[in-house]
Amino acid sequence: MIEIKNIQKKFGDRQVLAGIDGCFQPGETSLIIGGSGTGKSVLLKCMIGLVQPDLGEVLYDGRNFLTADDDTRKAIRREMGVLFQGSALFDSKSVFDNVRFPLDMLTTMTEEEKVERAHASLQRVGLENAEQRMPSEISGGMKKRVGIARAIVMNPKYLFCDEPNSGLDPLTSIKIDQLIKEITDEYKITTVVITHDMNSMMEIGEKIMFLYEGNKLWEGNSDTLAHSDVDRLNEFIYANKLLREMEGK
Amino acid sequence: MVTLGRYFIFLGTLFRDRERTSVYLRLILDECVSIGVNSVFIVAIVSSFIGAVTCVQTAYNLDNPFVPRNIIAFIVRDSTILEFAPTISSIVLAGKVGSSIAGQLGTMRVTEQIDALEVMGINSSSYLVLPKVLGAMLMFPLLTMMAAFLGILGGYLAGVLVGVISHEDFISGLRFDYNPFGIKFALIKTEVFAFLIATISAYQGFNVSGGALEVGNASTNAVTASCISIIVADFVLTQLLLA
Repeated sequence: MIEIKNIQKKFGDRQVLAGIDGCFQPGETSLIIGGSGTGKSVLLKCMIGLVQPDLGEVLYDGRNFLTADDDTRKAIRREMGVLFQGSALFDSKSVFDNVRFPLDMLTTMTEEEKVERAHASLQRVGLENAEQRMPSEISGGMKKRVGIARAIVMNPKYLFCDEPNSGLDPLTSIKIDQLIKEITDEYKITTVVITHDMNSMMEIGEKIMFLYEGNKLWEGNSDTLAHSDVDRLNEFIYANKLLREMEGK
Repeated sequence: MVTLGRYFIFLGTLFRDRERTSVYLRLILDECVSIGVNSVFIVAIVSSFIGAVTCVQTAYNLDNPFVPRNIIAFIVRDSTILEFAPTISSIVLAGKVGSSIAGQLGTMRVTEQIDALEVMGINSSSYLVLPKVLGAMLMFPLLTMMAAFLGILGGYLAGVLVGVISHEDFISGLRFDYNPFGIKFALIKTEVFAFLIATISAYQGFNVSGGALEVGNASTNAVTASCISIIVADFVLTQLLLA
């Protein structure tokens, strides 16, 4: 379980996060939604330790990540898998070597175990036939899947996905969402997804947190999302003309 | 001053939380090829022609019949070993290697590859930068020695072929008043230049934020700052070691 308490962050005079609280459960796909510049990615970076918040706590199964000693932080980091917005694959390594990289760096596994684990991860995301290709030779959707394979190869307890659908067509987006959901259910991972994709919200939003100008304005799930009385949330959801017409708004 | 302070803090991070030695050995070998072997051609061309030009220009300026001709080779030898081979080669390498290091790390920064390393719990600066620094410090002295040899050879070929100095005069000048400390001095300077180029370029690339434009700016800044630091360090080391 991941708990965040009163996360605050300022960049200069600008308050990007104004005291965010939340709780993310194992086996559940939690979404953090909101428009561009509302602080979603900063919140994620605070949670995974890439940005130091000015105030607040991030607890991983009770362990405070922000105040922990180096060894505990390292241990928590090794329980995390992160899918970055641009996939962040290492250009100089093949698909297989990208997935195998955390095993080489962070484990004492034998060669056979590493190869087997990396194969299994790539198989899980349906990319067993692209192992020897370079990141520059595969599509955006495949890069995301390689990113997921690399994120799950260490059997993480916590999975973070920063806009997993950005730059993908709707069909590929749905496939990526389903993959994230399946992996979360299968391995009982605590998954946090940053998104502003409506399909994702409706498909995999077991828990949804809406951010607006650094504040949490609403929390619920995909069933209650469309019936909220929060104006900012309704503006965000019904920005799409098609959705407005379907809901008669 | 703030930048200088950040640069020293950055240097400190290179030696903290290092990975297993076996990881670095492979990376250092890769960097030796990338930094050293791939720079042989440009260093060879530049040093040969600088040696040739030094010889011909010295001969052109030494037209006094009372000055022996072997002085031309003496000047070519000392200027090549003491200055051209370590300093000019390093300035050329600052352009080639420095911009490459800054561009590579800058691109990794803006495409979140460095963030990916950090969230895995890997010290990204140590993993990415330390092999480059060690690779540069291993390969630059070899390139400098090659540059010194080719510079003198270029001077010999140009001088003898153009006819400004005979073979015997050149060999006599090369042997005249030779001080072996010159080689040590050149290698010490090269090690300092290698460290400065690799770390300054890495610092510039590592701290990029933004996109392609900023990566380009980082490469330019890396070359500019490296060249300035080489010249300043050259003066300081000359004062310390030769004065």
